[in-house]
Amino acid sequence: MHLHKYEKIWLTLGLGSLALFLLIIGFAAFWKGTHPQSHIETIDPQNVEAYEAFKPENLGVREVADGKYIVNMVASAFNYDFGTDIDEKAVKTIRIPKDSTVLYQITSKDVVHGFQVAGTNVNMMVEPGHISRYETVMKNTGTFTVVCNEYCGVGHHQMYGTVEVYE
Amino acid sequence: MSKNYLLFSKQESRLYMAFMHVTFASLLIGGLMGLLQTLVRSGKFTLPFGIDYYTLLTVHGVILGLVFTTFFIIGFQNSLMGKTVGISDKQRKAAWLAFWIMLIGTAMAAVTILVGQASVLYTFYAPLRAHPAFYIGLTFVVVGSWIAAFVNFRQLYVWKKAHKGEKSPLLAFMVVINMIMWFIATLGLAATVIVQFIPWSLGYAETINVLLSRTLFWYFGHPLVYFWLLPAYMAWYAIIPKIIGGKIFSDSLARLAFILFLMFSIPVGLHHQLTEPGIDPTWKFIQVILTFMVIIPSLMTAFSLFATFEAAGRKKGFTSLFGWFKKLPWKDVRFLAPFIGMLAFIPGGAGGIINASYQMNALVHNTIWITGHFHLTVATTVVLTFFGITYWLVPHLTGRRLTPKLNKLGIIQAFVWTLGMAIMSGSMHIQGLIGGPRRSSFSEYAGGEQVATWLNYQLAQAVGGTILFIGIILMVYIFIQLSFFAPRGVEEFPIADEEEDAEKSPKILENWYLWIAITIALILFAYTIPMFDIMRHSPPGSVPFDWPIGR
Amino acid sequence: MGKGNPKQQQPSQNESSINLKGTFISVMLLGIFILIAWFGLYALFLSR
Ligand SMILES: [Cu+2]
Repeated sequence: MHLHKYEKIWLTLGLGSLALFLLIIGFAAFWKGTHPQSHIETIDPQNVEAYEAFKPENLGVREVADGKYIVNMVASAFNYDFGTDIDEKAVKTIRIPKDSTVLYQITSKDVVHGFQVAGTNVNMMVEPGHISRYETVMKNTGTFTVVCNEYCGVGHHQMYGTVEVYE
Repeated sequence: MSKNYLLFSKQESRLYMAFMHVTFASLLIGGLMGLLQTLVRSGKFTLPFGIDYYTLLTVHGVILGLVFTTFFIIGFQNSLMGKTVGISDKQRKAAWLAFWIMLIGTAMAAVTILVGQASVLYTFYAPLRAHPAFYIGLTFVVVGSWIAAFVNFRQLYVWKKAHKGEKSPLLAFMVVINMIMWFIATLGLAATVIVQFIPWSLGYAETINVLLSRTLFWYFGHPLVYFWLLPAYMAWYAIIPKIIGGKIFSDSLARLAFILFLMFSIPVGLHHQLTEPGIDPTWKFIQVILTFMVIIPSLMTAFSLFATFEAAGRKKGFTSLFGWFKKLPWKDVRFLAPFIGMLAFIPGGAGGIINASYQMNALVHNTIWITGHFHLTVATTVVLTFFGITYWLVPHLTGRRLTPKLNKLGIIQAFVWTLGMAIMSGSMHIQGLIGGPRRSSFSEYAGGEQVATWLNYQLAQAVGGTILFIGIILMVYIFIQLSFFAPRGVEEFPIADEEEDAEKSPKILENWYLWIAITIALILFAYTIPMFDIMRHSPPGSVPFDWPIGR
Repeated sequence: MGKGNPKQQQPSQNESSINLKGTFISVMLLGIFILIAWFGLYALFLSR
């Protein structure tokens, strides 16, 4: 088979670019640890309360060390359970100071949901039987909408929350 | 007289036209659903009669993603086989059987969705449960397509036996590659639907393994998009050169590209599952690498196409750097529509590379960027090429002609489509990057600045969607004209030739056993360990969820 | 496949000898577009 000389150059550069992309994302992944959400731990979707992090009293945001936070959440159609405040009212907004490291942990009690803090890199599938985890630094201040971005039933578009990152 | 001008027999034409009629009926219905969706999402319109947004969305996805495409592709590919290697009476009857099984399956699934018993979207992710008729209908569509595939295999086999030592016609080779890929891919779909979904939806199995079903779905889901794309590539490689008065640039490179598509389209499904729990990140990354391999044949194609255009122009005597470009037949819709499709594949392909780039997937996963992406690749690149094919295929089948008036209307159609899609897909891309989700009815969420910005883009999508629907009406009008009313005559079936002195294609390119063996080996490599892990680390299964969550 | 278009009597040309400068420039532009798009989005990813 015969390749035109320009095609040889084109394919060499093309393959080179693809290799470069792979090197960059591979380096970010395996040296810097920036993987997409890929947690491998299972849970009984019918009994998520049996798991420490998803007990009702442990839901919501918690500071675990200086500048380090954990957010525990349970997704179900069509709601994110962020726990309750001191008045026993459901929390709808999670507030986090800028530049803190936050570990988001979430699971589903029923169908597949999504969990995206829109405008950030926090974007995970939430599947019954699995725990989804993603740790990141909240670098930018602002009010970010949390959206369920996987179809979960008739009320799918009513499933949301808010993450507020303040100075 | 060249075979290109020799019409099919009546019986043969009727078979291929049957597929075309279902195609364009689907286009009209699916397109209407799309229009309504963009209107609902603009926030200025609510659906009458309590119709659920997600029922529309399911109809749109199933009818356009699965029915429109599959019927067009199988009809078109059958006509290519008929033209290049011929079809026997027995094979034609088997192809009719394929058609009817597919149609019955389609009707079953469609009715189930329309009566609100399957609002599970076209990906039907467990544990949302649809009525069993939905899954059984889908199975029929797939089984019908298998019959079509085996008819095509048989057609080439018979031809090869009668033409010992000759290389198979390029288009027949391409069709067989696409159908082998489709067959291997749909085995995964059949496995999850028949073994998991049907017993579970009927109540024989109490629970379902969600992650396993998703992984099997995406084992099928990525080759599905190549199943759509390859017929467009067939037209680009072997039809368009004829329309522009040129020759096939390189028969062997075209075959090599298709072989690479066969090998690398399937072992890559995990790149649709990058943000899912329960899958080892290393295996996700391995499949990302394999995904990047499937970009190579598209890079080859890009070069071949430009070279086809340039070589044709230069042979006509244009010596300046881009003189050949100006002289392409811009006023011929059979060229113009697919050409716009090719252009759309530039941002479409670049977007695809971004989507597959491992951790970067978090930027776009399940945002409306993805919807924008496949409205470029499938709904522009593939669909405009299919329209471009329709302009000569349908009159060739009905013994009519594409009149200058219809040609002009086609050109208008192509521009309307381009404009509508640029607005709709463009605003989807931007909205997705700023976090707007896909597959969602109108919602103001918790309000605020971010959501307000999304809603502006959704207004733009409604404008684009409306323009696109005008394009659909134009196209259906042209189809009806070409089918029933255009003046009688003989429209060319434009199959391009090779250069007389073209280099001989190496024999190894037709070593089917070798290519299939490599394909299977790659699939086993990419999937065995992840599948084994998924089954070994299974959580308790999921019980079904019906309305108001599912169905 | 229909053989024979007798009017097209071109001089015999080897593939490599066809002038494909325009093609080369076109694919290079395409490549540059892909690079810009990819690095642009990678920068966006890093900034978030
Ligand atoms: Cu949800």
